[in-house]
Order: sequence, then structure tokens, then C-alpha cells
Amino acid sequence: MRPDDIKAVPVRHPLRWVGSAVTFVVAASLINSAVNNPRIQWGTVGDYLFDQRVLDGVFLTVELTIMCMVVGVFLGVLMAVLRLSPNPVLSGISWLYIWFFRGLPRLVLILFVFFISALYPEITVGVPFGGHAFLSFNANDLITAFIAGFVALSLSEGAYMAEIVRAGLISVDEGQTEAAQALGLSRIQTLRFVTLPQAMRVIVPPTGNETISMLKDTSLVSVIAVVDLLYAVQLIYAKNYKQIPLLVVGIIWYLALTSVLYVIQYYIERRFGRGGSRNLPPTPIQRLRALVSRSSSTRGEA
Amino acid sequence: MSEPMVRAAGVHKRYGSLEVLKGIDIEVMPGEVMCILGPSGSGKSTFLRCINHLEEINAGLLAVDGELVGYSMKGDVIHALHEDDIAKARESIGMVFQRFNLFPHMTALDNIALAPIKVKGVSKAEAREKAARLLTQVGLGDRGESYPAQLSGGQQQRVAIARALAMDPKLMLFDEPTSALDPELVGEVLKVMRDLASQGMTMIVVTHEIGFAKAVADTVVFMDDGVVVEAGAPAEVLDNPKQDRTKTFLRQVS
Ligand SMILES: Nc1ncnc2c1ncn2[C@@H]1O[C@H](COP(=O)(O)OP(=O)(O)O)[C@@H](O)[C@H]1O
Ligand SMILES: [Mg+2]
Repeated sequence: MRPDDIKAVPVRHPLRWVGSAVTFVVAASLINSAVNNPRIQWGTVGDYLFDQRVLDGVFLTVELTIMCMVVGVFLGVLMAVLRLSPNPVLSGISWLYIWFFRGLPRLVLILFVFFISALYPEITVGVPFGGHAFLSFNANDLITAFIAGFVALSLSEGAYMAEIVRAGLISVDEGQTEAAQALGLSRIQTLRFVTLPQAMRVIVPPTGNETISMLKDTSLVSVIAVVDLLYAVQLIYAKNYKQIPLLVVGIIWYLALTSVLYVIQYYIERRFGRGGSRNLPPTPIQRLRALVSRSSSTRGEA
Repeated sequence: MSEPMVRAAGVHKRYGSLEVLKGIDIEVMPGEVMCILGPSGSGKSTFLRCINHLEEINAGLLAVDGELVGYSMKGDVIHALHEDDIAKARESIGMVFQRFNLFPHMTALDNIALAPIKVKGVSKAEAREKAARLLTQVGLGDRGESYPAQLSGGQQQRVAIARALAMDPKLMLFDEPTSALDPELVGEVLKVMRDLASQGMTMIVVTHEIGFAKAVADTVVFMDDGVVVEAGAPAEVLDNPKQDRTKTFLRQVS
């Protein structure tokens, strides 16, 4: 006869309960003081939360974040691969790039790219050192404030991503490269099909953090008058002097956007964890469902 | 008289000032199985890696199927091979590693089908069909959709053998294929290798499985400290070793 399933009394954690209670009380009083503080003017916050100018700013912030991250990740992969190349010229170029763009504050970079049109009023594509020009642009037309912010942030992101991707590639067991090469795969194929997919597990979590940082750092473009979320609320409170409610509008939007990113990051990490362990952990939704069905089944027994 | 599949003459390999191979001379004829034995650190893995162009040799001559490994001769001048040509040469040499080195992010089937698709340009459907056939051949017909982490060591090593076979190699190199396995899993891998040998595959096997060497090898080579100490038929080297170093080693492993 099969013995009954073990029904063990779970381990109790009294300190956790005390800690949770204290945290709850502190959080509740903080929220209470904010919610009931008339100077925050929640009514004004509500008025401007979905104001068209604010929504346009939100859209631009999201757009700029996505563009910079796409280009940044691409540059990062490229630079990481160059950095690990056996060719000393290529790895030297990559080293120089990373050194330069990681060494500069993003704000400085944004201002520099924006004002570079003064340094190079004409941008020319052609034979170097004063030869025939094929294409020529007026830098002031080409480098709009938006483009300047986009270029500066992308270049900066590329340098950080290069280090992240490189760490990921190095983390993959050397036996993987060897096995791929033994099968006749080229260096690029080995990278594309064997090392890079495995490096993803190491690359994705910090890339999520980079995206969240980028979302916040796009606010730096407000200094060159690009109307992102921050500059949109600044423009509004410059007229009506309601700084706090409008900054609260900005805060709500930034928190909402970063929360969405957390969720996306969670699912992407799950996907790239494939093959690493035998079973994937349940998603929060699966966990919730399991909890509900478990409690309903025990209730059924009782 | 046909050409040897592998010919090594005076092969030297150094890592910095450390001389790992100090003049290796061997010949493996097509269809032959050679087992290499020797204590750890004697240079067995290094020699296999040289045959598969994973390492460059510093002196001597090493040829697979009549082609120099890593170099080409134009007249009297030796030219280093381009990366792409080396990759090309590796296609026809299968290699099986002690630690399996399966790609953990792919199913067994995809592990096997990857190189035929990407390197040889075989269609996906055809490559997967062949992969399924090879899995059946190594006794894992039903595990195609499993990831390596879901397979036992013996099963992983059999998938690794199937993966190497998918490129239709003319030569198979095994580097201690059963050393990382629990004892009860060794047999299933050796059986696959024995089947392969009986089908006429040319094989060089670094192993400490004396029983396998006696039963399957045409030649047994005993290496120590970067040189071939003794080579010959299994009955000579394993049952009647002439060199003291061979005798000592055989006493230790059996
Ligand atoms: N990449 C390397 N760099 C430096 N020394 C190495 C390298 N690979 C192997 N060796 C050395 O070469 C010797 C032979 O190694 P190996 O061929 O792995 O021996 P075996 O496979 O017979 O145990 C060892 O002393 C090892 O430390
Ligand atoms: Mg070895």
C-alpha cells in the first residue's frame, strides 16, 4: 500500500511577520502624508496627467529610449566582437571607443554633439583630406537637437553595452567554441549560433538595467530643448508655476514606464534561461493561479 | 597501397617554452582504429587538437587524407592557411570531447542539425530528418526534443557522437569520451563507438578503457611526456608491453 503524502507543518518565520508589519505601517503613513497633503494639489496632477503636451513628451521619451537602446545594443555587440578579435587593429579601435565614450558624462556628450555643428558647419562625405565631395550637408540642418541627443546617448550606450556583451561572451565555456569550430563553423557563425545565444543569459539582466537607466537619462536632452517628458512638464510649470504637481505628473509617468520595463525584462530573462536549468520557474501569474487553486482545494477538503 | 588517413612525422608542439609534443610519429590507415593511452599531461589531447587544427604545430609534418594540417605547400614554401580553409578542413573531421560540449540552448535534434544547415547548406527538413536517423542509430530516437540538461551523461555523449557524424566525417577523434561518465553509463557509449568501428570508420580514440582497446583497436599507442613510448597491435602493447613505463601505467589503470 502506498503511504499517505507527507503533510508537514511549514517552517514559521515570526520575524518576517514583524518586519512586514513595521514596513506596512511606515509605508502607509508615508502614502497618507502624501495623499492628504493639499500642497501636492492632486487635482492639478489629475488635470495634467493626460494633457496632450505631457503625452507627447511621454511618447518622445519612449521613442528616444527605444532608438538609443537599439543602436546602443547593436554598437555594443559590434564593439564586443571587435574587442575579442585576434586582429590587434580591430580590438584597438574598440578599446579606444569604449575608453572615450565611457569616460565622458552623458550630459557633456549631448552638449558636445549638439554644438559640434559650430565646429564642423559642413559635413562632407567624399575623398578624405580635401578631395572631391560626393555629399555635403549643412550641420545645423542635419544635427537637430533630437538627432544630437539620439547620437550622443546611442554612442554612450554602445560603450556600456560593449562591456556587458564582452562579459557575456567570455562567460561561455570555451568548450562551446571548440565544439562549434570542430564542426566547421566559422568564427562569425560560432558567435551567432553558439556563443552569443548562450551569452544572452548574462547579457540580458544588465541590459534591462541599461534600458531603465536610458529611459531616465533621456531627460538629459531637456538641456538642448528637446521636448521629452521632463521638458514638457517644465514648459508647463514655467507658465503656471505649479512645479510640484507637474513634477509629480513626471514621476508617475517615469515610474509607470520603468514598471513596464521590469515586466518585459522578467519575461525576456525567462526566455533566455532556456536549457540552463531543467525547469523554468513559474511566472507570477502561474504562481498566483497555483495559489488560488491550492487554497480552493484545501477548502474543499475541509 | 592507399594513403594513410593521418600521418604524423616528427610533430612538435610548444606552449611558450613548454614542449608538450616532442616528435610524434604515427600513421593511421583508412578504416583503422587507433587507441592512444597515456598518463594525464602526456600530450594526448594536444595531439588530437593538432589533428583537428585547433592548435598549430611548431615543427614536423601532419597530414590528414594527404592534406597538410593548417598549412599548404606551394613549391617549397609553406603558407599558413586562411581561417576559412581551416574551417573547411575541420568539416570532415569529427571530434568528441570528454565533457560532451553539447550546445545547451538547443535540443538534441538542433545540436545535430546545426552544422549541416549552416556549414554545408543542407535544407532544414533534410538536416533534421538525418539528425533523427542518427539519433536512432545511437539509440536515442525518442529524445530529439530534449535539451542536453535533460539527458544523462551517457545520452549526451551519444548525441555528441551523432552531432559529429552528421557532417559525414572521414575521420573521428575521441578525447576520453567516457572519462566524465558514471561507470554504469560507459558501456552505452562504447557500444556506439564499437558499432562505428565495425562500419569501417577511421577513428583515433584517447581512452583508458583497456577492454575497449583490446577489442576494437587495430593499433594501440602508449604516450608519455610528449613522445610515443610504444606502439603496436593491442596484443603486443597491452598484453606484452616491452617498456617499463607502459608496464607501470597498465598496472595503474587496470
Ligand atoms: N593552452 C595551453 N597552454 C599551456 N599549456 C598547455 C595548454 N594546453 C595543454 N597544456 C599543457 O600541455 C601538457 C599536455 O596536455 P594535454 O595534451 O591536455 O595532456 P593529456 O590530454 O595527455 O592529459 C600539459 O602539461 C598541459 O598543462
Ligand atoms: Mg586530455
